Amino acid sequence: MRGDAMTEPQLLHEAVVIERIQESPVIFTLRLSFTDPELQAGYRFEPGQFNMVGLYGVGQSPISIVSDPQDERLLDHTIRGLGRVTLGLSRLAAGDRVGLRGPYGRGWPLAQAQGRDIVLITGGLGCAPAVSVIRYVLRRRERFGYLTILQGVKHADDLIWRRQYAQWSAFPDVHVGLAADVGAPGWFGVVGPVTALFDQAPIRAGSLVMMCGPEIMMRVVAAELVRRGIDENDMWLSMERNMHCATGLCGHCQIGPHFVCRDGPVFRYPELKALLGERGF
Amino acid sequence: MAATGFLLRSHLQDLLDALVAVGYRCVGPQVRDGAVCYDTLREAADLPWGWRDAQNPGTYRLRQTGGAYAFAWANGPQGLKPLLFAPRELLQTSIRAPDGGLRFAAPVASVGAMAVVGVRACDLAALRLLDQHFIGGFVPDPHYAARRADLFLIAVHCSHPAATCFCVSTGDGPRAEQGFDLALGETEAGFVVFAGSAAGAGLAERLPLRPAQAAEEAFVDAALADAVKAQTRSLPSRDLRAGLFGNLRHPRWEAVASRCLSCGNCTAVCPTCFCHGEGEEVAADGASSARYRQWDSCFTQEHSAIHGMVIRADTRQRYRQWLTHKLGSWHGQYGRSGCVGCGRCITWCPVGIDITEEAAAVCAGTP
Ligand SMILES: Cc1cc2nc3c(=O)[nH]c(=O)nc-3n(C[C@H](O)[C@H](O)[C@H](O)COP(=O)(O)OP(=O)(O)OC[C@H]3O[C@@H](n4cnc5c(N)ncnc54)[C@H](O)[C@@H]3O)c2cc1C
Ligand code: SF4
Ligand code: SF4
Ligand code: FES
Repeated sequence: MRGDAMTEPQLLHEAVVIERIQESPVIFTLRLSFTDPELQAGYRFEPGQFNMVGLYGVGQSPISIVSDPQDERLLDHTIRGLGRVTLGLSRLAAGDRVGLRGPYGRGWPLAQAQGRDIVLITGGLGCAPAVSVIRYVLRRRERFGYLTILQGVKHADDLIWRRQYAQWSAFPDVHVGLAADVGAPGWFGVVGPVTALFDQAPIRAGSLVMMCGPEIMMRVVAAELVRRGIDENDMWLSMERNMHCATGLCGHCQIGPHFVCRDGPVFRYPELKALLGERGF
Repeated sequence: MAATGFLLRSHLQDLLDALVAVGYRCVGPQVRDGAVCYDTLREAADLPWGWRDAQNPGTYRLRQTGGAYAFAWANGPQGLKPLLFAPRELLQTSIRAPDGGLRFAAPVASVGAMAVVGVRACDLAALRLLDQHFIGGFVPDPHYAARRADLFLIAVHCSHPAATCFCVSTGDGPRAEQGFDLALGETEAGFVVFAGSAAGAGLAERLPLRPAQAAEEAFVDAALADAVKAQTRSLPSRDLRAGLFGNLRHPRWEAVASRCLSCGNCTAVCPTCFCHGEGEEVAADGASSARYRQWDSCFTQEHSAIHGMVIRADTRQRYRQWLTHKLGSWHGQYGRSGCVGCGRCITWCPVGIDITEEAAAVCAGTP
């Protein structure tokens, strides 16, 4: 964060939409850049961290940063248009302005992942925080071991970004597995829960696991991985909660003692184990 | 702590005048709408002289006894919280130029130095927790910090706890032990004065104090000892993490939820509850927009809503969140329970739910 974060921790800064990309009927990417070149040049983040993106007169939403941390020109935000802020953002075009503040939170443990196999397990309707990791690893292929990407969806039709999965699986030492609880004609993946992919996937002891998606799914997956010899301390989860401030003050994002905006959104599994998937937390 | 001196009751106005002379706006307890509330205080005569309170689960009554004391009552609904963490605060303004350009500013209101008279031990403990939350974290809150910076605190040792008070069991009262500039122990004739900081000692020098007599100090000690004995409520332990998180499915949660209205009164009067929500208000001409924050409560639906789902959809989960946070998760966040035993949530709950009873019921049987 900038030096003035101490006195103006919540201040938005103007950013301009450089490009807007439609990824699927409801998903789009805004490529943003701070209009203050100094601010843009000094901005540093880690995959898994997020920004608060402010739509003038409407509000602010926490959105993961999916561009590469070494790209000094652009900050990519891939967004699903759902409610007031995100649908408003979906109507923006190149040249439009937004407010931006961040980055916030703790990102993925990429330093720890160096030289190791990585297993990424995602569930539900796409998962922006996971995309940032996949791209990061693929751009630095030699620094990491085998990359396994497992994605589970409820219904086969829910799978978005089919194209991306195909592209990713073309990289060396990458395994992609797709599962749908409910199949559909032409479904090329497995029918069943995401854990049904584990037998075919190269999940080796010593792998570092990163997950995001429904909490019940993550709880089931974590238990299954423990059975397969993965150390609980090598499992990391990205969490989602209501957020207003992103600075550990408003209290909305709490899970037990954790403030997701500050202590997360990425957590080590043992930190959350007791409350993961526990309704009401 | 050795007494600094004794201030005759007739000289209490000198204390307010001395504070004003060194630049403070004085705030103190006064009877407003049937309750003791904090408001700007100019005349010592406006303090709640002779008033006594009766507090019980769901009820609060004041009566005038004609007695000589100004502070013979336990805390009303407000603590220091509303004075430092304002119920509503402007966070940011956005201005949109005709070309679509956006300019943002984050003004911090200048509030000036404030002296608060009559602060109780439980509220000093709550203040330490609010300090940890709002200015001890990695991103200090500039609004709270501005109000906190020039704060002069005049505590009063609590001699008349309410039936709802349980600060003895949380370790936070009734004697004001730390965190004040001056503390007063009230007697029939006036106040034994204790200085708790250099600023407090400096102010004491401006007051017409005479030495405190041993009998006056003993009277204050005896009143505090009586106040300890008068408390009947207590929490089962100062750390209830195991008892609460080990009993998340206890039937008591369902039972309390059947009474709880999810109104959020408890969180509003609690001196340590810090939750707030942010919202945007656009000016009529559309050229500017303001972002405000406002007190929020974990008892509302919006508090935990994420798109397409509400994490805490029912009252059982909300009451459980409140209690497990207040008496449990606070330990992980701020090193102690978030409850200072002020009893406000018991008094101001419209249906009289008692946090000490609920905690005891859920934790019963857990060591
Ligand atoms: C750390 C983090 C990273 C995220 N990254 C992305 C991302 O990269 N791409 C993406 O499309 N979405 C992401 N989300 C979800 C996104 O923030 C919400 O979809 C968005 O806030 C919804 O706001 P809205 O006004 O459009 O919806 P509404 O339903 O109108 O929102 C109303 C209110 O609910 C809150 N809210 C609703 N849903 C969420 C939610 N899921 N998380 C937090 N607050 C919510 C909003 O802050 C707002 O106060 C992320 C969420 C978190 C917590
Ligand atoms: S939980 Fe109740 S008794 Fe404890 S500090 Fe808050 S209002 Fe006071
Ligand atoms: S416990 Fe009482 S004050 Fe708190 S939300 Fe329930 S009914 Fe309201
Ligand atoms: S979003 Fe406000 S405390 Fe985390």
